Amino acid sequence: MPEINVSTADMLSLDARGLHYKELNARLREAVAEGATDIELRNVFGQRYIGTDLDKPVNIHIYGTPGNDLGAFMDGPRIVVHGNAQDGCGNTMNEGEIVIHGHAGDILGLSARGGRIFVREDVGYRVGIHMKEYQGKRPLVVVGGTAQDFLGEYMAGGVLVVLGLTLKEGEAHRASYIGTGMHGGVIYLRGQVQPYQLGKEVGVAELGEADRGVLEEAVGQFCAHFGYDAGEILKTPFSKLFPLYLRPYGRLYAY
Amino acid sequence: MKELERVNNPHGDDKVMDACGLFGIIDTSGRRFSGEAVIQAITNMHDRGNGLGGGFAAYGIYPEMADHYCIHIMYATPASKPETEVFLKRHFTIAQDEEVSTRKARGIVKPPVLWRYFVAAEPHCPEGVAQDDYVIERVMEINTQIEGAFVFSSGKDMGVFKGVGFPEDIADYFRVEEYKGYLWTAHSRFPTNTPGWWGGAHPFNILDWTVSHNGEISSYGINRRYLEGFGYHCTMQTDTEVVAYAVDLLVRRHGLPIEIAAKVFAPPFWDQIARLTDEEQELCRTLRQVYASLLLNGPFTVIIAHQGEMIGLTDRIRLRPLTAAVKGDRLYLSSEEASIRLIEPDLDRAWIPMGGEPIVGRLKVKAVEKGKIKARA
Repeated sequence: MPEINVSTADMLSLDARGLHYKELNARLREAVAEGATDIELRNVFGQRYIGTDLDKPVNIHIYGTPGNDLGAFMDGPRIVVHGNAQDGCGNTMNEGEIVIHGHAGDILGLSARGGRIFVREDVGYRVGIHMKEYQGKRPLVVVGGTAQDFLGEYMAGGVLVVLGLTLKEGEAHRASYIGTGMHGGVIYLRGQVQPYQLGKEVGVAELGEADRGVLEEAVGQFCAHFGYDAGEILKTPFSKLFPLYLRPYGRLYAY
Repeated sequence: MKELERVNNPHGDDKVMDACGLFGIIDTSGRRFSGEAVIQAITNMHDRGNGLGGGFAAYGIYPEMADHYCIHIMYATPASKPETEVFLKRHFTIAQDEEVSTRKARGIVKPPVLWRYFVAAEPHCPEGVAQDDYVIERVMEINTQIEGAFVFSSGKDMGVFKGVGFPEDIADYFRVEEYKGYLWTAHSRFPTNTPGWWGGAHPFNILDWTVSHNGEISSYGINRRYLEGFGYHCTMQTDTEVVAYAVDLLVRRHGLPIEIAAKVFAPPFWDQIARLTDEEQELCRTLRQVYASLLLNGPFTVIIAHQGEMIGLTDRIRLRPLTAAVKGDRLYLSSEEASIRLIEPDLDRAWIPMGGEPIVGRLKVKAVEKGKIKARA
């Protein structure tokens, strides 16, 4: 990688070392407004909110460890992280794509209402919490590894896929409270979980034909990003986790 | 009760919201290194704090005085220093004392007078009383009875440096980069329910235990009452203080391994216990029954340290973040992975631990044997 900052009409290459997030994000806004379509950020160490409020389909490659709320409220860009992501990635994202060549922290995809997130390895707590969907908007999160507790908590929509590729032969997922409070959307899970690991609001089913279609498309995209064999992954069985009730707490406050 | 509000809370802050930043490194080979890296790492999480508290704990920094307790005291009033020194002379043999070395630093407003004393408990400590217990009793006496004086560090071959300010400013003020230790922890504070004052900055300390905390210990009241029964008095107006005393009680006095103490602070839920083997069930039930009053409720991540050991622990449902990483002999703990990568980009491994599972870094036995580090008596 060149060590100097390069900026042409449609390309920006920036050394982010020592830049505060406010300045970094201001530079991104400016570059995108001026028509940049490809952005490369090097030496990123924890700057927050990268990609937020960008509303064009610009490509952003991040080398390093982006900070919390990566792609928050994002509306169109495509972010590729060459490393790990921290907490709150894809917070309330509306449109676009985040591809993480590593692991990600807690509350990935929280309240996302559109767009796609692909994580090659494991993710932290409460991934997909309160994801939602509306009409044509249906967010997709695909996790290559395993997840920690409260996966899909209060999930209200969207598609969450967990592939368990980092688990060893015969090793089960450790996450508990999966889908607690879930009342919309769907989780496709590859690998074993025991019934006690699931929230009380979750049902388990085999995949139907429509499910297979959604899953194949999601796994296909995941494999295209990270170089896995989709056919191989899809050979093993998946469980479908779905909400038993659309309004699990509907009667809690109505009397 | 002392009038802490007037003396120590000139900022008049009361309640604000956000996170704190935590960082820690242990070199398990016992190799000492400057505080520079840990300063850089905690500074990278500047936005997690709000400048109302920053601090560092360092182990292995006073090797030439390693047999003496090093008492760091902040004096908020002029009268408190002579009064405390009379007390110290009556109860300890003072081998050396000096002003804690500081320099003018940006953002440091009205610091207290800061003094350190290298003391021995002999010949004052009565026979049959453990010296550590003797020191704790005297620390409690100073903190509860001498107006304006606060002991904020009381271990051997270690020290706490903390105050009101961003951690980078506190580091500058205390010249933290000039010390060399094999274990460092750091904290950037965002006070939530308690005032930002010098004694309320983290790490909290008793003997060589230090605790830095992100979160809120809502069981503070019951924890505090229980600890008072064992002679620990909370004077720092902050929930985190109970963790330092609790870990001293469980590990030093009751002899529990830290992994078991972690099960007291963040016990498995009853339904999880029901799925364990009979033997594990008995252990977990017993711990929950005997130490029910030391369960830490509420969201927390803590970095606990004492001579030779650094421990990271979160609450059972991980309501505050913690990332761990390893490179060679070094274990890193941090609220954010980026801070670790900043000072060590090429890690052997980085991972996010499960809630309630302690991550422990220990000095290798070899390092202790070689005499690099004094093992705990």
